[in-house]
Amino acid sequence: MKTSTRKGIVQAVGFFALRAAMGLVLAILILFLYDIGKKGGGAISWEFLTQAPRRGMTEGGILPAIVGTFLVTLITAVLSVPLGMSAAIYLHEYARQSRLTRFIRLSIRNLSGVPSIVYGLFGVILFVNVMRFGTSILSAGLTLGLMTLPWTITASEEALKTIPDSYREGALALGATKWQTIRTNVLPYAVPGMLTGTVLGLARAAGETAPILFTGAAFFLPFLPKSPRDQFMALPYHLYIMATQHHAIQQVRPLAYGTALVLILLVLGMNMTAVVLRYRLRRKQR
Amino acid sequence: MSNETSPVKIRTENLDFYYGPSRALKSVSIDCFDRKVTAIIGPSGCGKSTFIRTLNRMNDVIPGTRLEGRILLDGRDIHAPDVDVVELRRRVGMVFQKPNPFPKSIYDNIAYGLRINGMKNARAIEAVVEKSLRGAALWDEVKDRLDDNAFALSGGQQQRLCIARALAVEPEVILFDEPCSAIDPIATAKVEDLIERLKKDYTVVIVTHNMQQAARVSDFTAFMMLGELVEFDRTGKIFTAPANRLTEDYITGRFG
Repeated sequence: MKTSTRKGIVQAVGFFALRAAMGLVLAILILFLYDIGKKGGGAISWEFLTQAPRRGMTEGGILPAIVGTFLVTLITAVLSVPLGMSAAIYLHEYARQSRLTRFIRLSIRNLSGVPSIVYGLFGVILFVNVMRFGTSILSAGLTLGLMTLPWTITASEEALKTIPDSYREGALALGATKWQTIRTNVLPYAVPGMLTGTVLGLARAAGETAPILFTGAAFFLPFLPKSPRDQFMALPYHLYIMATQHHAIQQVRPLAYGTALVLILLVLGMNMTAVVLRYRLRRKQR
Repeated sequence: MSNETSPVKIRTENLDFYYGPSRALKSVSIDCFDRKVTAIIGPSGCGKSTFIRTLNRMNDVIPGTRLEGRILLDGRDIHAPDVDVVELRRRVGMVFQKPNPFPKSIYDNIAYGLRINGMKNARAIEAVVEKSLRGAALWDEVKDRLDDNAFALSGGQQQRLCIARALAVEPEVILFDEPCSAIDPIATAKVEDLIERLKKDYTVVIVTHNMQQAARVSDFTAFMMLGELVEFDRTGKIFTAPANRLTEDYITGRFG
């Protein structure tokens, strides 16, 4: 009797601690969103979303930054998704466990820990200078693509790990080739997980400032980019300028909050897309 | 063995198998006769699953393994350089210990093997699906719900689905790796009946650690211990007058 009461107390305390931890995290998030929503909500208008900045960015909207962020993320995805998924398929399905593959994995893990400014500098050298893409959407997108690769690879490999070996053996035993097995009996079940991880990585990339700082983001461009070789405005960089670099910071503060709100909604939207995508694909399999 | 009743379908000659440095099979030589059921029995870890998985080269996918000796299918070495392992596995089907239906409909589970082997005609596929499900004694239970997910079936039904899936690609040999260890006794009886019927058309090799099962379904029995073949003979002989003391101790339940 006595031990069971004690167990009950320990359990109650444990559950309370877990709930409190979760509540705290949630509270911080809600407070954060509320604050930005309150201060930035007023700035949001049709004009804000569809116009370029005017009068030294004290008026007008952020359309070029929205479009720029969208385009640069698109290029990031084009590089990162096929390359990352392919690398994960190679590592998990084909490569034998050897010193080389262990070294590759270790490198990937380490790459995901490299500060984003280092990717930015690397992008300047490789894409802007050596490959002569100039400071452009292309260079910035490719730089972000490199930065998200470790996440894409790791998330994709984790998704492949969740597919039981019995699916693979079952297909092989029926006379499927290795590639047939992977294509028809592994990937269809792994892709939802792969996409989720990938989109989360892309959402992070969309919010990054440092890697695009030197590779393509412009301080102020009152028009939309016309080719991948053009410079562009991006939401995170625009926010950075509005918040710290502008000559009339107090005056443009509401616009800065508005920009922050749009950026957050964009990232949240991408994350929601990932969740919905996964749900849809999973349901289709059943 | 005297008075053989049919030609040898699979012959292993001095088969050795290594997982890294550890030797799992020691010079195993067994003949599996055409359209007969050969049972492999023995205590856990004796190498019987390793053995059966060498017969369709399923162990090829495990890194760090090595095989010595020969395996002949219809007299031809299955490790010969000109042998296509994919074709070998189509000819030598396998049913695994745990039912492993794919997360697809019942219909698509059976059709899977046909499609990967290049069959495109929907009519033809439909015909084979029905034939295979009938062959696995599952048709009557599932004919009205072929589009249901295979996971909705019971464990025993799932295992018969896996048998039907193996039948669909028209193998010559079917390997059963402890097919009843994860299903209940009634389902087990159904699978055993099925094996009994399958031997009319197929060569069957079954690994089991249920000795009664070996006695019920098989024509020949191999008793293995610690990676070695202790005794191989007609099932009736093994269970009534084993030549080896170890075999007798095992089948009478003194160990294992």
